[in-house]
Amino acid sequence: MEVSNRAEGLKETYDVAGRDFSSAGAASSRIKRILQQIGVDQGIIRRIAVSSYEAEMNLVIHASNGGRITLDISPDAVTILVEDDGPGITDIKKAMQPGYSTASDEIREMGFGAGMGLPNMQSCADELEISSEPGVGTTLKMVFMNR
Amino acid sequence: MQYFHSVHLIESKCKGCVNCIKRCPTEAIRVRDGKANILETRCIDCGECVRICPNKAKDVVADGLEILENFQHKIALPAPALYGQFREGTTPEQVITALFQLGFDDVMDVAYAADLVAAKTRKIIQQTKVKPLISSACPAVVRLIQVRFPNLVEHIAPVVTPMEVASMLVKAEVSKRTGLKESEIGTFFISPCPGKVSAVKQPAGTEKAYVDGAISISLVFPLIREIISRPESDEQAVGKAIRTGSGLGIGWGRAGGENLSIGADKHLAVDGIHNVINILDDIECGKLAEINYIEAQACVGGCVGGVLTVENPFITRRRQRMLASSPARQEMTEEQVARMRDDLAKDRLYVFDKPITPRPMLKLDDDMALAIQKLATLEKIVEELPGLDCGSCGAPNCRALAEDVVRGLASETDCVFRLRERVQLLAEELLLAAAAVPPSMGTARNNTEQNETSTSS
Ligand SMILES: Nc1ncnc2c1ncn2[C@@H]1O[C@H](COP(=O)(O)OP(=O)(O)OP(=O)(O)O)[C@@H](O)[C@H]1O
Ligand code: SF4
Ligand SMILES: [Mg+2]
Repeated sequence: MEVSNRAEGLKETYDVAGRDFSSAGAASSRIKRILQQIGVDQGIIRRIAVSSYEAEMNLVIHASNGGRITLDISPDAVTILVEDDGPGITDIKKAMQPGYSTASDEIREMGFGAGMGLPNMQSCADELEISSEPGVGTTLKMVFMNR
Repeated sequence: MQYFHSVHLIESKCKGCVNCIKRCPTEAIRVRDGKANILETRCIDCGECVRICPNKAKDVVADGLEILENFQHKIALPAPALYGQFREGTTPEQVITALFQLGFDDVMDVAYAADLVAAKTRKIIQQTKVKPLISSACPAVVRLIQVRFPNLVEHIAPVVTPMEVASMLVKAEVSKRTGLKESEIGTFFISPCPGKVSAVKQPAGTEKAYVDGAISISLVFPLIREIISRPESDEQAVGKAIRTGSGLGIGWGRAGGENLSIGADKHLAVDGIHNVINILDDIECGKLAEINYIEAQACVGGCVGGVLTVENPFITRRRQRMLASSPARQEMTEEQVARMRDDLAKDRLYVFDKPITPRPMLKLDDDMALAIQKLATLEKIVEELPGLDCGSCGAPNCRALAEDVVRGLASETDCVFRLRERVQLLAEELLLAAAAVPPSMGTARNNTEQNETSTSS
């Protein structure tokens, strides 16, 4: 984990391992605790908890080598940056649609793959930006206003 | 005192070990001056520390039988889990009879109120948009949500607990029958746990406490057993309970029984406080949205596993199930059905008159900018701690010590490893200092160059 601290702000990065279901959710748990410590509004914490968990699971399930989640907190906003190095998303518009999923049967049996992760993040976050290049990687940025 | 707690430390017995601090689900205990201090704002009275303490230094302060003297009319409210404590073949009726002989004027079966609450909950599940609802029956779980999962308070099922419903119902009825004022009538919960004892003194969802006292199962157990074992006890039908619960109501005493009694689909039951925490974590992340209702109990096995019970919970769990499924308890008479309908119509009994509010305990500072700064410091401190989570500092883990440090409640050198480093540095400095000889005394220091380097360093 990396930590850096600017005036009034704090940044932490967590590594998320791909395909590691046993420790999946650890980064989101950590993020939840930190937001409680900062005193972020409970409703906002809830939205961030849901979004960061969905994002973390997407790294575990879809990104071949996992990825990184960076939490950036200032009194104005909480930003969550999710990055991975592939395989990328070919059609982002499609991926954002509720119900669209490329998850395998095996993953579906584990209770994932409803195609609801990205749509949920979209409705929870105040801002969401996603960019991806097939074969290279995906970057997802979510902003939650603090007040 | 802001929060009432029934769990206390017996200082003379505490050896200051780390067992309880490591087991506490809300990190509410710190060892200070060799004694395990409980932090009032964090403790949820779950009883984990009572269970784990090898020195029996954690005690639950409940009421003694002398509390009965304060009231003209004394009513026992036996928890369903009481029945399973006795030898196989002992019936709830025998236990109820024994309660009369112990000095109670009436008995109101909490299992009956559980039947009522189950019916109300079934309705609430149909009407609510909140998914999943979490049972409000276990006070340790309710407090856990308030302090550790504050954003889940809205998931707590808005229905008063069976214990309180039983008390309100019986007080009104006995007051009518005897002409006594409700304040002259005392209701006493026979409790399996410290959580309920605390909930009696300081309820979560009601303004005023509706139950007058809480007596532990472990206190009355030997007395009841003695009465039941008397040869004449069968004939002495001293009195009958004002209401008796169905088999399903009695089932509330064990894990899974509440869900069975409510009977709707898409339920989940979880028992054991650390398992409950995992499930609450999942709910916070938006998982389990397909579940309607969660029965969550702090004790493994449910209330039969409460720390104020006496028998092995795995044995009582089976007994509780057998009592619940006994043929005599499956059917209700027409009279019972009618009475239940009447009691269910008393809507006011079942609703919270005070919302259950979050009590977040983790915030580092009220000023968010300052909290962020403190968090940054905290992370730095954590990095410098050894990460062994050994507990020797008196905090449950390294991170908790770092939190205490930024809150001003502890010092980094409370960590024995940090202290050792400090001592080592000090020792090195001492050695250096001992070796250094002032120029006025020395013979070796005739070199000006060396003097310059030593001043510039
Ligand atoms: N980091 C990523 N890398 C590659 N593909 C991704 C990534 N995140 C999402 N996707 C693609 O977008 C699709 C939709 O993602 P979304 O999170 O909405 O649904 P899901 O993960 O398939 O199912 P659910 O989130 O409901 O379990 C995924 O099935 C996958 O094809
Ligand atoms: S599970 Fe039952 S016995 Fe245990 S704390 Fe909760 S209410 Fe008390
Ligand atoms: Mg997903």
